[in-house]
Amino acid sequence: MTEREPPKSRDDLDKRLSQFRSERDAVTGRDRDKDSTNNGLGFAMRIGVEVVAALVIGVGFGLLLDSWLDTKPWFMLVFFVLGAAAGMFNVYRVVQNQGGAVGYRQHDKPGPDMSKTDLDGE
Amino acid sequence: MATEKHGGEQHSPLEQFEIKELVPIEIGGNNISFSNSALMMVITITLIVLLMMLGTRKRAMIPGRWQSLAEICYEFVANLIRDTVGSEGRKYFPFIFSLFMFILIGNMLGMVPYSFTFTSHIAVTFAMAMVVFTGVTILGFAKHGIKFFTFFVPPGVPIWMWPLMIPIEIISYLSRPVSLAMRLFANMLAGHTLLKVFAGFVPALGAAGVLPLAFVGALTGLELLIAFLQAYVFAILTCLYINDALHLH
Repeated sequence: MTEREPPKSRDDLDKRLSQFRSERDAVTGRDRDKDSTNNGLGFAMRIGVEVVAALVIGVGFGLLLDSWLDTKPWFMLVFFVLGAAAGMFNVYRVVQNQGGAVGYRQHDKPGPDMSKTDLDGE
Repeated sequence: MATEKHGGEQHSPLEQFEIKELVPIEIGGNNISFSNSALMMVITITLIVLLMMLGTRKRAMIPGRWQSLAEICYEFVANLIRDTVGSEGRKYFPFIFSLFMFILIGNMLGMVPYSFTFTSHIAVTFAMAMVVFTGVTILGFAKHGIKFFTFFVPPGVPIWMWPLMIPIEIISYLSRPVSLAMRLFANMLAGHTLLKVFAGFVPALGAAGVLPLAFVGALTGLELLIAFLQAYVFAILTCLYINDALHLH
């Protein structure tokens, strides 16, 4: 950082800076909206892969279970569906700006109306 | 491909991703040769260290060019962490900063003609994603112990839905490193291939090659944007995962 003041005033500056920041954050409600609303492209990049990745994991896991339990297509089919569902949820949560992935909910930020489904309630 | 016939050069658009062993080393039957990929990584790290050292050498109140650059990088990542994780995230700044700079500089160096993009190899990106994934999982366990498992149960879901929801949540959790690795790898691979394919049209079309040439120019700009964006996305997702591990739900 740029501040190269004698220590005394730097402490003071730090204090004032952090106070200012917390006040500003409270006023502008910044914090977590920023990551996806601010950067549309970065946001778009994220959603495409989510579905595929969840499907890959789902099908892979199903195939693994199948080869282990000798139940050829069944686990793969079940986990394909589960993987697809997980992918959809991933996308849903990215779009709802709920952070990284499934299972997580932002506590301090009430989502838009759409997010008030049974998945996101308290 | 039409481009290959022209000019007698056999340039495949995928040739750029080939790993070449520069210094062959083999230990215990494992090939750990120093490849062009490793060379680019060393160059990347050297550049980052140089930038940070030059940038912090003078520590001027009014920053010079190098210091400004270093400060921009620092502040960009610091803001990223503050916006996504908050002040508890400060501890993880060195990790996220290294990750971001490594990917960013690696992507940017890949844009230099005749160089090699190590982020276009899934082995590299998946290794990084697994480091993030394991680190975040360990962090979650260290922070919350056995309570960590509660985050496979989405809040507000009725109990009879759990047998369905828990596998979905687990799959979605496990899909994180895959999506993280795949996003970076696929974007770099696709972008660089596309650039080479269109560049191949330029000599093949003769005078009309001006059109693909213009397109390649525009595409190079887009690729620079994507190079930055992918580093950004990787870093921000790492932040979000750390945030999740710290706070569960």
